[in-house]
Amino acid sequence: MSVLVNKDSKIIVQGFTGSEGTFHAEQMIEYGTNVVGGVTPGKGGQEHLGKPVFNTVEEAVEKVGADTTIIFVPPAFAADAIMEAADAGIKVIITITEGIPVADMVKAYDYIQSKDCRLIGPNCPGVITPEEAKVGIMPGFVFKKGGVGIVSKSGTLTYEASDQVVRQGLGISTAIGIGGDPIIGTTTKEALEMLVNDPETNCVVMIGEIGGQLEAEAAKWYKESGSEKPVVGFIAGETAPAGRTMGHAGAIVGGSDDTAQAKKKIMADCGIHVVDSPAEIGKKVKEVVS
Amino acid sequence: MNLHEYQGKEILASFGVRIQRGIVAHNAKEAVDAAKQLTQETGTGWHVIKAQVHAGGRGKGGGVKLAKNLKEVEELAGNIIGMNLVTPQTSAEGKKVHQVLVAEDVYYPGDSETSEFYVSVLLNRGTGRNMIMYSTEGGMDIEEVAEKTPHLIFTEEIDPATGLLPFQARKVAFNLGLSGTAFKEMVKFISALYKAYVESDSSMFEINPVLKTSDDKIMAVDAKVTIDDNALYRRKNYAEMRDLREENPIEVEAKAVGLNYVDLDGNVGCMVNGAGLAMATMDLIKMAGGEPANFLDVGGTADAKRVEEAFRIILKDPNVKAILINIFGGIVRCDRVAQGVVDAYKNMGDAIQVPIIVRLQGTNAELAKEIIDNSGLAVHSAVQFQEAADKVKEVLA
Repeated sequence: MSVLVNKDSKIIVQGFTGSEGTFHAEQMIEYGTNVVGGVTPGKGGQEHLGKPVFNTVEEAVEKVGADTTIIFVPPAFAADAIMEAADAGIKVIITITEGIPVADMVKAYDYIQSKDCRLIGPNCPGVITPEEAKVGIMPGFVFKKGGVGIVSKSGTLTYEASDQVVRQGLGISTAIGIGGDPIIGTTTKEALEMLVNDPETNCVVMIGEIGGQLEAEAAKWYKESGSEKPVVGFIAGETAPAGRTMGHAGAIVGGSDDTAQAKKKIMADCGIHVVDSPAEIGKKVKEVVS
Repeated sequence: MNLHEYQGKEILASFGVRIQRGIVAHNAKEAVDAAKQLTQETGTGWHVIKAQVHAGGRGKGGGVKLAKNLKEVEELAGNIIGMNLVTPQTSAEGKKVHQVLVAEDVYYPGDSETSEFYVSVLLNRGTGRNMIMYSTEGGMDIEEVAEKTPHLIFTEEIDPATGLLPFQARKVAFNLGLSGTAFKEMVKFISALYKAYVESDSSMFEINPVLKTSDDKIMAVDAKVTIDDNALYRRKNYAEMRDLREENPIEVEAKAVGLNYVDLDGNVGCMVNGAGLAMATMDLIKMAGGEPANFLDVGGTADAKRVEEAFRIILKDPNVKAILINIFGGIVRCDRVAQGVVDAYKNMGDAIQVPIIVRLQGTNAELAKEIIDNSGLAVHSAVQFQEAADKVKEVLA
């Protein structure tokens, strides 16, 4: 099982022949990910990294049966790439690109609502199901196979969490980086729901940040679901001052309800095991699964 | 990117939004000339002198004054330009005023009473759609309105496929209690405002107050405009409006070398890769008894050059008593970063006078620790996150 991506996923890379796309596609293939080709408009018919290049996503779906895409297209064209993938019938659209104009994402987000697909990101590290598929830019070796799911807005903090979990002798089922932009395709709640419903996941680590309502929404869903699968939570940004954006466009404290303290309280009230120190995520997971 | 009131109003006016007119002045003499010109163009007798700084609450801090004659224009402009304006949104030292907007008086008496409204356009992150937020309670702090009288705040969400529809603009005008000429003016105002928002690639418009004049005109008396940084590449004319004097000089410098830096008040500087891990590191510093002096994301390529640049930037803050470097090496190898730290340290010679704690985890972490430990430099190394925190506590003690 696992969620979103596995060894049978047929993955294409949009922005395949660019420097980012090439570098990470190579790493993905080396990891053993089932990359079936890539898309770079105007370079169709060529071969790159031993895989076919197509002009359009539609062609990639027709010829190699692609069902998953990872997007490295530059910000000015990334929203268009998302819509193209959705239109072509791709089911899982993972967008790594950082810096997409918000107006473009408003349009793309609206466009994909009527399509049968799931968008992850943008501005995210991607998704990894250890030993099966790495569809992202994360260092594969940090993620050992196991039963702990991770949902996080942040890249390196996801690696940190995984590393701590692995050091406790446990492993990861699927880690989902949902991204730190104001508009993202998959929310914390949706990612948490997938992991809680995954039979191979026996515990979920939920890592959030200041700003927005995503974690509160996820926590409330968790409480209502009545699930007994333990969830460990951490919110970064306790020390971030109000009104300043902390790196991610979405990480800004607006009102009193999106501070780290307020979010942690809601999460704890909903039965999530909240840790105050980011150094204690792994320890807490070990504690709640044993 | 935030803009000054006068710049925001320029953008609004270019899309047909009616604004309170004004002319920018950099000294008292320019202010008098501006006032004369404005009287000629608009017939205004009185003038409003408004400090142009990136902060709300300017009126409360004494940055907005009414001048009833040219002598007062000269006096007030002279006083405001050069002052350090302290408002509820600035630091205790305030913000230096470099220019004022000399604006027409729009609260003149007439057939009907004037009234003030609040209108903003922004993204509803929950739905991924833009919305117009508006209230009859103009001229007040909207956070306060939201808290005390939430029923007086209305929202209108815009479908991206259709844009703002005429009935929505009418609804806004009705809900604000308008009729007759003022109603028609408000419909026009809202439509033009939304068009301006979309076509300028803005991420926020806040117009407070929107004024209904005594002769039933609707106009923007103030304008807080934020342009989406990600879209500046295609809005070059707006990108040129950036006023670097309004930004923290260290943050501007960091940005120029590609570092994401936010200046804070604490005593422990930090250098981290990734925004989430950077915030988590700041939290850990606090738990270890320190206070973070900054947020600094060095990004994906933490090589010697970047590390050195990051060092220089952190060390510009005289309050920094220790520096914590926390890098989770994934694609970036830790041994390279460690070498970068050692090289940067050596290059900078005596510039580094505070203890440095380096925590490198991920690819080749142990090798990195060896490099640091064998460098002979006064650098404390750690591998686990908790170890780093303990070291911070140690050096602060």
